[in-house]
Amino acid sequence: MSHETESKFQNTTGHVWDEDLQEFNNPLPGWWLWTFYATMIFAVVYWVFYPSWPIGKTFLKGINTIEYVNDKGEKKSSSWNTRALLLQDMNEASKAQEKWVSKLAATPFDKINTDPELKAFVVSAGKVLFQDNCAACHQSGGQGKFNFAPNLTDDDWIFGGSYDAIQQTLVNGRHGIMPAKGGNAALTDADVTALANYVLSLSGEQANAASAEKGKELFAGAGVCFSCHGADGKGNQAIGSANLTDKIWLWANVPGAKSADEKVAAVKEVITTGLNRGVMPVWKGRLSDEQIKLLTAYVHELGGGK
Amino acid sequence: MENQASNEGSLYQKRIPIYPRSVKGKFRNFKWAILAVAYLVYFGLPWLPWERPDAPDQAVLFDLVGRRFFIFDMALYPQDIIALSMALFIAAVTLFFVTTLVGRAFCGYFCFQTIWTDFYIWIEHLVQGERPARIRLHKQPWNFEKIRKYGLTHALWLLASFWTALTFVLYYGYAPELLHKFFTGEMVNAGYITVIALTISTYLAAALLREQVCIYMCPYARFQGVMYEPETLVVTYETKRGEGTKGRHPAVQGARTREERQAQGYGDCIDCEMCVQVCPEGIDIRDGLQYKCISCGLCIDACNTIMDSMGYPRGLVRYDSETNAKSDNPVQPKLDLLRIRTIGYGIFILIMTGILVYNLATRTSFEESVQQVRQPLFVVLTDGEIRNRYQVRITNKTDHEETYVITTKGIPDGALDFGGLTNEVKVRAGKSLMVQVNVKLTPEEAAKTDTFEFIITPKDKPEEAGIRKVRFSSKHEG
Repeated sequence: MSHETESKFQNTTGHVWDEDLQEFNNPLPGWWLWTFYATMIFAVVYWVFYPSWPIGKTFLKGINTIEYVNDKGEKKSSSWNTRALLLQDMNEASKAQEKWVSKLAATPFDKINTDPELKAFVVSAGKVLFQDNCAACHQSGGQGKFNFAPNLTDDDWIFGGSYDAIQQTLVNGRHGIMPAKGGNAALTDADVTALANYVLSLSGEQANAASAEKGKELFAGAGVCFSCHGADGKGNQAIGSANLTDKIWLWANVPGAKSADEKVAAVKEVITTGLNRGVMPVWKGRLSDEQIKLLTAYVHELGGGK
Repeated sequence: MENQASNEGSLYQKRIPIYPRSVKGKFRNFKWAILAVAYLVYFGLPWLPWERPDAPDQAVLFDLVGRRFFIFDMALYPQDIIALSMALFIAAVTLFFVTTLVGRAFCGYFCFQTIWTDFYIWIEHLVQGERPARIRLHKQPWNFEKIRKYGLTHALWLLASFWTALTFVLYYGYAPELLHKFFTGEMVNAGYITVIALTISTYLAAALLREQVCIYMCPYARFQGVMYEPETLVVTYETKRGEGTKGRHPAVQGARTREERQAQGYGDCIDCEMCVQVCPEGIDIRDGLQYKCISCGLCIDACNTIMDSMGYPRGLVRYDSETNAKSDNPVQPKLDLLRIRTIGYGIFILIMTGILVYNLATRTSFEESVQQVRQPLFVVLTDGEIRNRYQVRITNKTDHEETYVITTKGIPDGALDFGGLTNEVKVRAGKSLMVQVNVKLTPEEAAKTDTFEFIITPKDKPEEAGIRKVRFSSKHEG
C-alpha cells in the first residue's frame, strides 16, 4: 500500500508513519531563508549596541550611550536606555512649548482671554496638567465629585473665583472646616431639623414653613451659623464658608434626594457631624510657577471665573 | 520538472537565473514608451516649478510638517483623506476592470516592479551584452573581465536605486534645497534613513529578486484568477496550431514550409524557444496560462519575429480569449466589453469618479467642527440655569488670514458666551484654532431645546457658511 503512495509523490522527506502518512518536501524560497538568517545577525548586532541579556542582578548594557538632561537640568550621559530617551523627548516637547509658556508667563491674567491663540494653548496644555494633577479629585473635566471635591465648571466658587483667589488656592491649598452643630453641642435634634428646613428654604427648596421660621431664629442666634455663613446665608469666600442660598450642593445630597424628608435628612447630617474633609493640597513646590499660572487660567476658563 | 530535479536533496529552492533576451516589436515599443513617460513623471515632477504664495514654488509638494499636500493648484489637508481613499478605490476598480478585459495589463506594463526590473535588465544588457554573452559571463570563472563587468553593472544598479530613493524624498520638501541639504549632511535623520532604506529595497527588488517579487511576494498574482473569465484576453499560445497532431518540431530540412509540416502532421511551432528566452519571468507560455505570467507581451513580439522570418502567419502567440483560442475556427480576437463584470466595474468607476470630482470641486476654503464638552455634559449654575460647553474648531485652508463669524440658530441670541472673546475669530493661513463657547439656558428653555445649530461663516465668503447640528444636554439620560 505504501509503495503506491510513494510512487505518486516523489518529493517527500522520506519519513513514513502509520504506513502511508508522509511529509511533503516543499522547499522554502531562498530569499525567505536569508531574511531569516539576516534577522539572527541583526539580533547579535543589537546585543552589542543595546541593553539585552540579564546577568545575575545586572544586565548587558551595550556600547551605545545616550545623553540627556535630567529633571534638575544637569547634562548626563549613560548607557542607552529608554528612560533617557523619554527624557530627551520630554525636553524636546517642552522646548517646542516654550514659546507659548513664556508668552503666558508674560501676559497678565486679564489679557489671556483676549488672545484666542493663547487661550487655545491654555485649554490644550492646561488640560494635560489638570489630568495629571487635579483630575484625581476634581475628575477629568473638572466636574468634581459629590461629597468630595467641588465642581470647578459651575459658577459657584467656595474660596473665590477670581484669578488671584484661584492662584492662592493652588499655591497654598485650602482646608474647609465646619464644626459639628456650629460648635454649639447644646442644639437638640429638633433644632437641627429646624435649621435644615431653613437652609433648604434659602435655596428655594420645599421646606416646612413653621420649622423653617424657627430655624431662621436659630441661624441668627444660638446656632451661630451666621458668624461664618453670614446673616443672609450667602457665605464668605475669605474663609470658604458655603453660599447656602444657591442651588449648588457639595456635601448634602439634596439634588439626589427623592423626597422632602430625605432632603431634610441630608442637610441635617451635615449640620450634626460638621465637616473636616474639604482639603485641597498645597501645590507650591510641586508645580512650577508657570504651571500654577497655566492651571489658574485653565480652571478660571472651566467655570468662566468670577 | 527541471526545477524539482535541481533541488533534489535540498530543503530550499534556489533561484534559477534568468537572462532575458532583448526583443523588438510593438509590445516592446509600448513598454519603452510607458517606461519613458513614467520615469519622466517620477524623476521630473519634483523639479517642476509652480507659483505658490505661501510655500516653496514646487508643483507637487508634500509638506509633512505643515500637514499640507500641494498637487499643482490643489492644496489638500489631512481632512481631505476621503479624496485619497476615493482615488485608491477608483484605482482598485480600474485594475479589476482592466484585468477582466485584458488580463494582468498592470503587471506587464505599469507595475513599478516591472518597470524598474525592465530598466535594470536594460543596464545589464548594456554592460554585459546579449543573453548568450551574459550566460557565458555567469559561467566563466572570476577574472578581471567578470569583476569589471559585474562591478560596473552593480554600480549602475546601485546608482539608479539611489536616485530613485532620493527622488522619493524630494517630494517632501523644496527639491533644490533638500538636495543641497542631503549632500552637505544637513538633512534630518528620517530623510537619510528613507533614502538608505529605499536604495536597498529598490536594489534588492529590481536587481536581485526581480521575478521572485511577482512569484512569491505579490498577492495580486495569486488572486488574479478570480478576475479572469473565459472572455478575458490573455497572452495565449494557440496549442492546436502550434502542436499540430504530432507536436512541435524544429524547422529542419524537409520541415521548413507550412505545407511540408502540415503534410507530416507537425504544428507551426518550430521550437526555437525564443518566447522562453525573452520572458522576464522565465516561463514557457506554451505551457498555458499560469500564475507566473505577468502578461507583458514580449513572447508575442518574439514569436511574431520568428513567424515573419519563417513566412508563417503571425499570431501563434497572441492576446486571445480562452473561448476563441479553444474554438474550432478561431476568429480575429476582439475586446468583449459587454459583460456583466465589465459593465458592473464600469458603472462603479463612473459613480466613484463622479463623487470624487464633486468632492474636489465643492471643497470649501475652511473646515469646521463643533464638539460638545462631555466631561461634564452640563452644569447647573447657582441661579438654576444650565450651561453646556462646546469646542468649535476652525481650520483655515486658504493661503491668507481669514475671519470667521460664529452664530447659532435655535437658541436665544444672548445664550452664547465666548469668555472674553467676540464671535469673530481670526485664523492664520493653513492653521487650526479652537474656540470654547459656553451656552447658558434657563431650565424652561433647556427643557425645550434638544438640539441647535452652530453656523460658522467666513466673513468674505458668506456663501460657504458651514452648519453643524449639536445637542444641548440638561439631564442625564435614563
